[in-house]
Amino acid sequence: MLSYLLFIATIGGIYGLLALSLNLIWGGAGMVNLGLAGFFAVGAYASALLTTAGQAPIAAGWLVAFVAAGIAGLTVTLSTTRLREDYLAIVTLGFAEVVRLVAANEIWLTRGTDGISGIPGPWKRALGPDFNGVYFLIVLGVLLVVFFVVRRIDRAPYGRALRAIREDAQVAEVAGKNVLRFKTEAFALSAAIAGLAGALYGHFTSYIAPDLFLPLITVYIFLAVASGGTGRPAGALVGAYLVMALLESSRFFVEGIPGVTAVQRAALKELLIAVALIVVLRLKPSGVLPERIPPAPRSS
Amino acid sequence: MPLLEIENLRRAFYGLEVLRGVDLAVAAGSITGLIGPNGAGKTTLFNVVSGLVPPDAGSVRFEGEEIGGWSPDRISRRGLVRTFQVARGFPKLSVFQHLMLYGRDQPGESLWRAVVGSRAAREREAVLAERAWQTARFLKLDHLIDNPATALSGGQKKLLEIGRALMAEPRLVLLDEPTAGVNPTLQNEIGERLLELPRRGITVLLIEHDMGFIARLCDPVIVMAEGEVLTEGTFDAVRADHRVREAYLGRRAA
Repeated sequence: MLSYLLFIATIGGIYGLLALSLNLIWGGAGMVNLGLAGFFAVGAYASALLTTAGQAPIAAGWLVAFVAAGIAGLTVTLSTTRLREDYLAIVTLGFAEVVRLVAANEIWLTRGTDGISGIPGPWKRALGPDFNGVYFLIVLGVLLVVFFVVRRIDRAPYGRALRAIREDAQVAEVAGKNVLRFKTEAFALSAAIAGLAGALYGHFTSYIAPDLFLPLITVYIFLAVASGGTGRPAGALVGAYLVMALLESSRFFVEGIPGVTAVQRAALKELLIAVALIVVLRLKPSGVLPERIPPAPRSS
Repeated sequence: MPLLEIENLRRAFYGLEVLRGVDLAVAAGSITGLIGPNGAGKTTLFNVVSGLVPPDAGSVRFEGEEIGGWSPDRISRRGLVRTFQVARGFPKLSVFQHLMLYGRDQPGESLWRAVVGSRAAREREAVLAERAWQTARFLKLDHLIDNPATALSGGQKKLLEIGRALMAEPRLVLLDEPTAGVNPTLQNEIGERLLELPRRGITVLLIEHDMGFIARLCDPVIVMAEGEVLTEGTFDAVRADHRVREAYLGRRAA
């Protein structure tokens, strides 16, 4: 049971990283990135390939995952500078699908739909059954570092400019802000965080395949950020664990219902999650931890 | 040398010429009024000068430098800031955040410095915070400083528009109907505040339909009609001009 809880807490932490990544650009700058799963996949594959076929140390794999997804993010934003919100959403969705299809078809590199197995975990052999516990602490450490970084950004003049861009990019320009610079930087950092989350995921489960990076992950993360509270890193984090808890607890709940088939049970599970999220957003329309206005420092 | 010098400025939308060769100059230290009937091209002129709309032809010189076709953020950082006719802003940002946002030269807007923290950023933030408070008091918005913009009344939003433009320490502000939809008492207050700006080194070019307001504040007054400058002079001289009456009322009525 403990090992199951640690597993959930670790995956929840990885979802938390994705939620922080999405909140940085969606809550922060109002950019809709429907391709989160794509950047997640880029990071997962970069690190997995480097540490299996490339036999590089795991830390190097994580670093490369971070950088590779960041570069992918930079490429996507710089090639879509002329597109406005809805179109950016469509392009990013397309990007994620392209990443998944490349992973499924470039068999020489990614072993296609068979996926990559045997991705090493840090000190896995030496730790034995303690691996899940130690890995949870690693993920928790990364999550805390990323949380404090994005919270600092959120509270700095940088975050203020991002919010202004979210509310009205043209007025932000009139205020003298280079909107393109803010958007590309934030998007690249956000993509890099998603990539790092992908790497952490692969080295935890030791196996990745294209099917693990369906757009559904992106949808879950959007639900997490929306229910937790957009525009506030702590809200994103709470939302990620909330969605994770719903995903897992609903499984036990539906198992107790007699006289339904397995297919009906799966559908019922999705239904329960949907109802729970609707209830959360009905009671807390701005999420569990809504965005706050920081008070002005008192004048001397 | 005039602070702002516009020559033969042209701009068309879908074949309709909205600016048909505008020539005008704004002297440093003045409060220049820009009047004219609806559709004269006044707001389009502001949009072109502030960089939101690129010109088709002609030149815009600010402090002797050609700025025609520059991006809006570059023009703003150069010292020319505008406001909007229908107050625009950031609904979920507080009055304080609006004012702070317009502060120039913010080291804390570098991503790296935002993450690692920097003394320069903290010091600049403290200086701007003090100025934001002063600006809020100047415009009597200090009791609303932590309120989101969406909670302000129409008149207060117009005041905030002016306030944040002042935070940018501009040499020239373009005010698009600063008192539209504002009650007479507040309108008087806005007028008094604007009269102080030239002493602070800020030149004003403003569009306004309230002729009493124009008469009290503006010298000279520039009249635009049908995409061109019709005439320019003191308010009384302009009012006496029969071409101005024709432009407002139509040829027959005059």
